[in-house]
Amino acid sequence: MAEIEALMHGFAVALSLKNVAFMFVGIILGVIIGVLPGLGGANGVAILLPLTFSMAQSPGGTTTAIILLSCIYWGALFGGAITSILFNIPGEPWSVATTFDGYPLAQQGRAGAALTAAFTSSFVGALIAVIVITFLSPIVASFALEFGPPEFFAVYLLTFCAFVGMSKEPPFKTIASMMIGFALAAVGTDPVTGALRLTFGTEKLLNGFDFLVAVIGLFGIGEILLTLEEGLEFKGARAKLSLGVVLETWKELPRYWMTSLRAAAVGCFMGIVPGGATPASFMSYGVARRFSRDGDKFGSGQVEGVVAPETAAHAAGTSALLPMLTLGVPGSPTAAVLLGGLLIWGLQPGPLLFVEQKDFVWGLIASMYLGNIAGLIVVLTCVPAFAAILRIPFSVIAPIIVVICAIGSYTVHNSIFDVWMMVVFGVAGYLLKKLSYPLAPMVLAIVLGDRAEAAFRQAMLVSQGDLRVFFSNALVGTMTGLALVLLVWPLVTWLLSRSRASA
Amino acid sequence: MSRPAFRYKSAETAVAALFFLLGLLVMWDSARLGARWAEDGPQAGYFPFYIGLFICVASAVNFAGGLRLKGEANRTFVETGQLTLVLAVLVPAAIYVALIGWLGIYITSAVFIAFFMRWLGKYAWWKVAVVSIGTSAVFYLVFEIWFLVPLPKGPLEEVLGLG
Repeated sequence: MAEIEALMHGFAVALSLKNVAFMFVGIILGVIIGVLPGLGGANGVAILLPLTFSMAQSPGGTTTAIILLSCIYWGALFGGAITSILFNIPGEPWSVATTFDGYPLAQQGRAGAALTAAFTSSFVGALIAVIVITFLSPIVASFALEFGPPEFFAVYLLTFCAFVGMSKEPPFKTIASMMIGFALAAVGTDPVTGALRLTFGTEKLLNGFDFLVAVIGLFGIGEILLTLEEGLEFKGARAKLSLGVVLETWKELPRYWMTSLRAAAVGCFMGIVPGGATPASFMSYGVARRFSRDGDKFGSGQVEGVVAPETAAHAAGTSALLPMLTLGVPGSPTAAVLLGGLLIWGLQPGPLLFVEQKDFVWGLIASMYLGNIAGLIVVLTCVPAFAAILRIPFSVIAPIIVVICAIGSYTVHNSIFDVWMMVVFGVAGYLLKKLSYPLAPMVLAIVLGDRAEAAFRQAMLVSQGDLRVFFSNALVGTMTGLALVLLVWPLVTWLLSRSRASA
Repeated sequence: MSRPAFRYKSAETAVAALFFLLGLLVMWDSARLGARWAEDGPQAGYFPFYIGLFICVASAVNFAGGLRLKGEANRTFVETGQLTLVLAVLVPAAIYVALIGWLGIYITSAVFIAFFMRWLGKYAWWKVAVVSIGTSAVFYLVFEIWFLVPLPKGPLEEVLGLG
């Protein structure tokens, strides 16, 4: 098997002392980021991205840099569970479903069991997703090597239509948020003609809006403002995790293997199709409740109710990297930030990566196996330390996080204007989140806007303006067709529910 | 404390209206650049023009949706007490950003953190000093020395010879 051989080579790359050290640094930073309010996977990685600029220039440095950043992501995924279970505060949106049963468990004094279950199922979910990535991504990549501009545009179209069709938010809010993202992406110099678009004569907008600044503002500052509304105090359960509790919970967990498998399947699917970790965790919680024998007890503190969302969230978060690596289309905001990193380091994400950057790709995939093992060890052993971070009063932690966000925005381009933009995006993030406008499609549109437009224009040039090029062969036709179905899906469900209501 | 400052109806319609205007702005600027089909393919404004159009259409629907909120559905968007807390962070944060350009990031950060700890947290002055100056010092070490990323500096750093 060529994949196994490539993977073994990847392990050789990832297992260097330097890479393993950065793996642990990344995991620990990631858990801290996941635990802190206002810092999450996406903006945490965005803030630290500028620190990797110089690192990526040394030979093999890009691999170390991506290992560091992706491990921050895994760490943040793990960290979200800690705050959900102990404090009933989801540190990350995908941990919301974990609070339903995790927090009741903690109140009953079974915090240790809940945490062990959450961490272990996160690990299992991620592991299954990495196995999927290992074997599926070379196939997708070789398939995608044949893609021309129409096919790529169809992939982008599918990505964005999936948001409209699958998100829980009102479809017109999804569209508005996504289109604002595209408009922000269009600001600056038009890559084809060199014309200045939407700059209104200001020099500052020549290079457009940087999505890293948008991510830091929308998710970081916006989240801080939202958290502030809840007041300044956090009250949480005590974190104790003894070896006995861990082993006891591990004995209980195999009982839920069917739940785990279902959750991992939901998660992988939702991660690859850009649904993302958050809907995956809710969906998997719902599925588990329906299928479980103790379904009616869900919400009162069932270990199974922690297993399902955590497995799915981690599986989705991990598999979101598959389309990012193979097609250059990220499945989640954090994957989008990682994609931005690749571009800044001078790597072109997409099918060619698997041909030209074997060390990088397989080193990354191998590091996903290792990083999640490292993550499991770190979180199981250090929970009390991480939980202590949340006991730092908000009046201390909030200004420090604002400062970190400001520094992060500044370092992207060494520009104070970007720090202003961060504040503006922060206010926007606060308003939009409260009004249930989804932020993920906006971020993805800012990242992919230029590339989607370029693919569209190239396809249009080839076909001389004939839109039928998007149905010119079976492959592109299927993708475009599927995208259109997803786009009108909310309309279909609305009509169905109406006809049912009137019948 | 818990009087509603804004309700959902006003928030929804205000944001939708703002987005609608943004959409118009995008369409107007794209039309100026040429949003049609030239001989050599789509003009520079072609793609953004339709983006602007989509923003306007979606915002119009959202605006109408906001107007329809009545009675029970028109919940409190933000209470006065909450709004005060949010502004208590937002206004100092804006002042903080405004001062970075003149005083550098290290001093302003320390002052910003100190202000919060003293004003909202009511900490003793020595704790305030340790945390605020300590944080700035750690950032200095991490960015300037460890990662060699220069951050904005002001007059004090120059006096100290760190600039």
